[in-house]
Amino acid sequence: MDVELRGITKRFGEVVANADVNLTIRAGEVLGLLGENGAGKSTLMNVLSGLYRPDEGEILIDGKPVAFDGPGDAIRAGIGMVHQHFMLVPVFSVAENVVLGVEPTGKFDFLDLKTARRQVREINQKYGLEVDPDAKIETLPVGVQQRVEIIKVLFRSADVLILDEPTAVLTPQEVLEFFEIVKALRDAGKALVFITHKLNEILEIADRISVIRAGRIVGEGDPKKLNRKELAEMMVGRPVSFDVIKAPYAPGRDILEVKDVTILRDNDEIAVDHVSLSVKSGEIVGIAGVQGNGQSALIEALTGLRRVASGAVLYLGDDITHASVRARHKMGVAHIPEDRHRAGMIADFTVAENMVLDTYYDERFSSGPQINWKAVNARTAEFTHDFDIRTPSVFAQAGHLSGGNQQKLVVARELSRETKLVVAGQPTRGLDVGSIEYIHQRLVEARDTGDGVLIVSSELDEILALSDRILVMFKGRIVAEFDATKGTVDKGAIGLAMAGVAA
Amino acid sequence: MTNETTDRVVKAKLIGRTDFEDMILVPVIAVVAALLLGALTMLLTNVDLATIVRSYVALAVGSFGSLNALSETLTAATPLVLAGLGLALGFRAGLFNIGAEGQILMGGMAAVIFGFSFAGLPSAILLPLSLLAGVLGGALYASIAGWLRATTGAHEVILTIMLNSIAYRLVDFMLSMPAIQKAGRADPISKPVPEAAELPRLLTWIDPNLRVHAGVFLMLAAVIVVYWVLFKSKLGFEFRASGKNPEAARFAGMRSGLIIVSAMAAAGGLAGLAGANQVLGVLGRATPGFSAGIGFTAISVALLGRSHPVGVLIAGLLFGALEAGGRQMQVDAGVSIDLISIIQALIIVFIAAPLLVRAIFPWGFRKAAGSRE
Ligand SMILES: Nc1ncnc2c1ncn2[C@@H]1O[C@H](COP(=O)(O)OP(=O)(O)OP(=O)(O)O)[C@@H](O)[C@H]1O
Ligand SMILES: [Mg+2]
Repeated sequence: MDVELRGITKRFGEVVANADVNLTIRAGEVLGLLGENGAGKSTLMNVLSGLYRPDEGEILIDGKPVAFDGPGDAIRAGIGMVHQHFMLVPVFSVAENVVLGVEPTGKFDFLDLKTARRQVREINQKYGLEVDPDAKIETLPVGVQQRVEIIKVLFRSADVLILDEPTAVLTPQEVLEFFEIVKALRDAGKALVFITHKLNEILEIADRISVIRAGRIVGEGDPKKLNRKELAEMMVGRPVSFDVIKAPYAPGRDILEVKDVTILRDNDEIAVDHVSLSVKSGEIVGIAGVQGNGQSALIEALTGLRRVASGAVLYLGDDITHASVRARHKMGVAHIPEDRHRAGMIADFTVAENMVLDTYYDERFSSGPQINWKAVNARTAEFTHDFDIRTPSVFAQAGHLSGGNQQKLVVARELSRETKLVVAGQPTRGLDVGSIEYIHQRLVEARDTGDGVLIVSSELDEILALSDRILVMFKGRIVAEFDATKGTVDKGAIGLAMAGVAA
Repeated sequence: MTNETTDRVVKAKLIGRTDFEDMILVPVIAVVAALLLGALTMLLTNVDLATIVRSYVALAVGSFGSLNALSETLTAATPLVLAGLGLALGFRAGLFNIGAEGQILMGGMAAVIFGFSFAGLPSAILLPLSLLAGVLGGALYASIAGWLRATTGAHEVILTIMLNSIAYRLVDFMLSMPAIQKAGRADPISKPVPEAAELPRLLTWIDPNLRVHAGVFLMLAAVIVVYWVLFKSKLGFEFRASGKNPEAARFAGMRSGLIIVSAMAAAGGLAGLAGANQVLGVLGRATPGFSAGIGFTAISVALLGRSHPVGVLIAGLLFGALEAGGRQMQVDAGVSIDLISIIQALIIVFIAAPLLVRAIFPWGFRKAAGSRE
């Protein structure tokens, strides 16, 4: 099934998210859709999947124009979308989630789960998905949940699958498995649209690439003939540097000392097991590791969000093991949370309100019990400019920003105050190359001006690019340490340590 | 950044189209639809068309048609708005407080007791202090629920419902205590509020029967204060943040326990003020169940007003008008006052389901934009 978008324009108030977009999607092909944060990729795909109605333009399926009145129409026409944020019911089983809304029914309208399970198994087999139809969603890792989303779409017999930043939440191993699935789908004659910010991935998996900038298609390309640099330039409109330029390594005093710290999860399992580490002024320490090995708990404890069961945390020599979140903020600890939707911002608040979410009490923004909104708005306008946050106004609802711009908002808030220690979890998740470059610069700038920076990232490339020292966490322990100040560190060795193979 | 762009960014529209639809269009349509369905209900119960017309005329006349009608509307609206503001504060902080009824009772009792206990004081001191006693009574009572919620995680809906029941019986018990019961009475009734503690009536110089009293100013002041708290103060920012996303609020260093207790206390304080307003401005004493369901109607008022202070004011005035007009309707057309309850309930149904309103009355609404990723 071929789909053609012709002259699609979509506006939100004054914002033109898509302007006169033409795009063709062909059966048996993976179309890579590339573009900066806020370029209009998600919007365009939401138009295609019937969630938004275009202001102008038309959609043609196999040459015939169609009009969608909602996602239901699109799926009936064979177009399904896997969203950036999953839409699954956690307490339901895989099969129940898959059939939700299109339940097969037997006699007397009873739910026929048996058939559902069988159909899920069939889809599994056909595309090598390997998902247990009876598993509860909440017990499944993110990578498998994503496959459930894909099964959902396939179950509704979609011929066109739209995948919006599917790899952002996956571990490197899961990405490999995911690509196998994508290839199987393509070979079965499906048409796929694949959105990502990771240029390597798009070069590897796409058969054709379209680049979108400021709502317009600005270029098409053949992945076999393009390299990362050219793609990045097409996307951002200027050359992008992938190398991080840092001042020579000149560590100062200890900013953060973690001494023999043990931290428990909510269910009292040990998350962090007798860990010691330090971060000095003027250095970036990167913690590598597969997600779920205690990094999140460690960050939460360092920022005062989780109790430390034993051991001590020192900050500039003072014991802050039991200091509150607010107290740490005031001392100069910045925290970029790894999950911006859950913890980093309030989607219903305006950009300005979010910008001062943890500084509103500061004398820059309030006097006595009153918040000085004029000052807040003025500073927010500055920050949105400095950090290139694309928003129609400081009063725009933060939830209406594109994914990447939401992340920039959080980073801007944290880095724009007085800091001595920056703790960052996945600081560039979902960002385009231009923004990654910029945020990396800001993190390095913090280091060069004497801050200690602790970064947790599942992107090994990011850790390698930024860190002076690299620690590897596995099952709650630091299992390896690498010095990155003298030449490049062996990626393979880190990978082995991440997998728990002792060096 | 150039000044021009800064200006543009800062000065962009404050109230969007969606706010307008939510705050004005939906409520207006809901009221109209409820009145129409009310008429239909009357038709179905064999009321003839002439009576229906007569009763709606009476509703209008009885609520806004004369000075007395206006006075009655304002008198009925004042406690609804006060308690509704408190509930709105709680809703904004993510607390579904059902306890305004109990808080009104405790606030009212505190005001009455303080009033007759210090009857010798001059009015300029006694009245404000009695009002303050009402605020504190309500605030303390609501804090119990807040404190239990913050420390044990028990749900505030259950807690406040229980506290309502306790308050009813507690008032009954207090009213039969010798220190509180009116001398020489066997039935539960409190000593009267001394004149110096009464909220002065405003229009008795025109007609001694006009009941509207100084509580109206309390109501307007409360609207302004609550607006300031919610949208201008640090505390209100914390309330709204933890209401919208408690996890993000925690990450931002806000203390959820403290916020829960202070939001409940603020809500209870306003409900307590509503109680004081009733005993000091209308009733002149406390009797069993003098809250008369105001605390429950106030929930509707807060919801109808979209938990916005100005919205609550408008919704409170509307419900006050329905109540005042409803009495007139009963007198003039002989239609049961229960119909007013039905109309109020219908309004709430339409408000609680804005999507329903949008579906039934598609005109004037923008096409829904859908949600974000
Ligand atoms: N519902 C909405 N209301 C207002 N503006 C919106 C809405 N949805 C999107 N926008 C705006 O449209 C533009 C395009 O957003 P979109 O989400 O399509 O970008 P994107 O290319 O997916 O970016 P990202 O890579 O960051 O996810 C942005 O400027 C965004 O702020
Ligand atoms: Mg997007």
